[in-house]
Amino acid sequence: MCVLAHVLEAAGLATIALVSNRGVAERMHPPRALFGEFPLGRPLGIPNDPEFQHDVLRRAFALLDEPSVPVLVDHPVVIEIEEEALACALPPRFDASLPPAVDEARALRAAFDRTLEKRGVTSVGRATDPDGIPDLVGLLVRIAAGEKWDEVGLPGDPISCAHDVRTYYEEAAVALAGGVGGGSAEVWFSDVTEGGRTLLSARRQMKEQEAPFAFWFYMAAGARS
Amino acid sequence: MAVAAADACQDGRVSDESARAYAAALPVPEFETTAMATPPPLSQARVAIVTTAALHHVGDQDFTFDDTGFRVIEQGRTDLVLGHWSPNFDRAGFAADPNVVLPMHRLQELADAGTIGSVAPRHLSFAGNQEDTVTRIRLDSGPAAGELLKGDGVDVVVLTPV
Repeated sequence: MCVLAHVLEAAGLATIALVSNRGVAERMHPPRALFGEFPLGRPLGIPNDPEFQHDVLRRAFALLDEPSVPVLVDHPVVIEIEEEALACALPPRFDASLPPAVDEARALRAAFDRTLEKRGVTSVGRATDPDGIPDLVGLLVRIAAGEKWDEVGLPGDPISCAHDVRTYYEEAAVALAGGVGGGSAEVWFSDVTEGGRTLLSARRQMKEQEAPFAFWFYMAAGARS
Repeated sequence: MAVAAADACQDGRVSDESARAYAAALPVPEFETTAMATPPPLSQARVAIVTTAALHHVGDQDFTFDDTGFRVIEQGRTDLVLGHWSPNFDRAGFAADPNVVLPMHRLQELADAGTIGSVAPRHLSFAGNQEDTVTRIRLDSGPAAGELLKGDGVDVVVLTPV
């Protein structure tokens, strides 16, 4: 981001970077930087809060009035990442003949569809489409149970498969919860849901099976074990 | 090739604190000087967004794991897919409201109010990847992005990382 600021400014464009890492900006001195200590992934601070987002932009554009560069200014509001899981009710068991994670993924489809209807688009689809998510979760169940990760027939690379499953759950969570604090959906997915716990279990199995490092590591947040 | 710097968390969960500390301790490319462009007054300026959230439109090419290129985002077109490879940032905010990453509606409101001159017809999305020398960003995709934006009459760029 700071590199792009330098390159674009040198091309004659006035840049303002909404930097998420003050330490990096201090060392790379992009022309104009507004540091927002917000959850990573939310450079405008708060979703569905146009007033706050406008405040961020207003402070960013104000940096164009500075007589010289580099300039680095802090946004006065700090928004901490949430350590608690999103308050989000999970559907009850429906088909007891299925593994719990697969049953859960199927049952979340209605909530997922509500977000899809609202947004008109989904970020699920790198390895499989929404219809394929329960089957994909079923493959993760098998890996978690000890089957070889490269023999169960994953529909794509493990990172993309993990992306699709987490995204499916988080897009469903957006419809189920009133508001989604930064980081809370990831905690909900990884700590609370059968699907998330299964994914982490499969990831641990893949590490045991000596899958390539990137394949298992990037299936979940780096801190997850 | 180093993927996005925020990709090594040592403790916690998504753990923004450790991700920030890790990224801040990495070697960074040196820029001996900082250029300064002088745009027209904001009320006359055309504004574009450049994000590193690996966004793309439905049907556009996915980002590869070490992609240093960019995709074009059309102003007002809301079929935005998040194609980032890093699991180390909050994605639910984007799922709830893409403006928290790519504030295209906020810019349109500012243009309608006369605060900014206009919104650029095209925004750009990179994926936050750079090799250690950042050569490709500096010499290839970065200048190409600048050329495209200049061609659209852009004066001011708001950069939004994830």
